[in-house]
Amino acid sequence: MIRVLSLLLGLWIGVAQAQIVSVAPEYQERYNNLLHELRCLVCQNQTLADSGSGLADDLRLEVKRMLEEGRSDEQIFVFMSDRYGDFVLYNPPLKPRTWLLWFGPFVLLIGGLIGIRQVVRANNKTAKSSVLTEAEKKKINAVIQDRDD
Amino acid sequence: MKSLIPALLFFVISGFLFVGLYKDPTLVSSPLVGKSIPSFSASTLFNPDKKVTQTDLIGEIALLNVWATWCPACKHEHPDLVALAANTDIPIYGLNYKETDKAEARAWLRDEGNPYVLSIADDDGRIGIDFGVYGAPETFLIDAQGVIQHKRVGVMNDKIWQRDFLPVIQRLRREAL
Repeated sequence: MIRVLSLLLGLWIGVAQAQIVSVAPEYQERYNNLLHELRCLVCQNQTLADSGSGLADDLRLEVKRMLEEGRSDEQIFVFMSDRYGDFVLYNPPLKPRTWLLWFGPFVLLIGGLIGIRQVVRANNKTAKSSVLTEAEKKKINAVIQDRDD
Repeated sequence: MKSLIPALLFFVISGFLFVGLYKDPTLVSSPLVGKSIPSFSASTLFNPDKKVTQTDLIGEIALLNVWATWCPACKHEHPDLVALAANTDIPIYGLNYKETDKAEARAWLRDEGNPYVLSIADDDGRIGIDFGVYGAPETFLIDAQGVIQHKRVGVMNDKIWQRDFLPVIQRLRREAL
C-alpha cells in the first residue's frame, strides 16, 4: 500500500515539476533572471521558471535558444510580449494603459495621508475646545460655590 | 460633502470589482490582432511531403483553428467546426499543435469529419509560439491580406461564431467592396 502511495506521489511530483533546461554557465544568471520576469500564460500566477506546463517548457527552450543566438534581454522581452502581450511581463512597461497600475498605489497613499491629516486636525480641534476658557472657569467656580453655600 | 467621500470611495472600488467579476482572467487579448500572420514552413498532417507556408493561408478570409488529439476541449468543439465548415464558404485551416499521436489525429478526422482544408503539422509547437498560442483550442480570423482580425481562445460554436466572428467578417466584406 505504502509502495503504491509513494509511487503515486512520485508520479504527481513528476507531473508538477518544471522540466530542467541546461544552459551554458555563461548564460545561467541571465537565463534565471529572465525566467523569473516572465509569466506563464497557462498557469497564470507562475513564472516561466516555476511552471510545469508544456508551453513553459517550450518557452524556456526558446529563451535558451535566443540567449545562445546572442540576443539581449530587451529583445527577448519584446519577443515574448509581441506574442503574448504585456501581460507576460512581470515588470510591465509604463504607458497610458498601465498608468493606473503604476500610479494607482501612490494616489491611494496620498489619499490616505490626506485622510489622516483631516482626522488628526479634527481631533486637535475637539482637544482644544476641551480646555476651559477664563469665562468658563469663572462660571464653573460660581456654580460650585453656589452649591457649597 | 465630507460624508460623501466614503460613499464615493465605496462606489469607485465596487465599480472596479464589479467589472472584474465579469472578466475572465484566462482571456488575454492578443497583441497579434491587427498584425500579419507569422511566417512558417511545415508539412501537413495527411501529407508529410507537402510544404505549406503562410502564403497558402492568404488570399481570402479564412479561419485557422488550433487543435490536437490530446486536447479534450478540441474534441468537444469538433462537431461544431464540422457543422461550421458545411455551412460557410470560409475555408478553415487546422494547426495540429504539438500532436502526440498523428495516427489517431488522422483517424479522428476520418471518422468524425474533417472541417479543415488542411492541417499544418506543428510538431514541436514553434509555429504555435509565433501565433501566441497558449490554450488550445484557439481560432484565428485572418483577412484576405493575411492580417489577423480576431482571436478566440476556447471552444468555437455557433453562438460564438454569430457573436464574435460574423460581425467582423461582414465588416471586412463591406470594406473590400
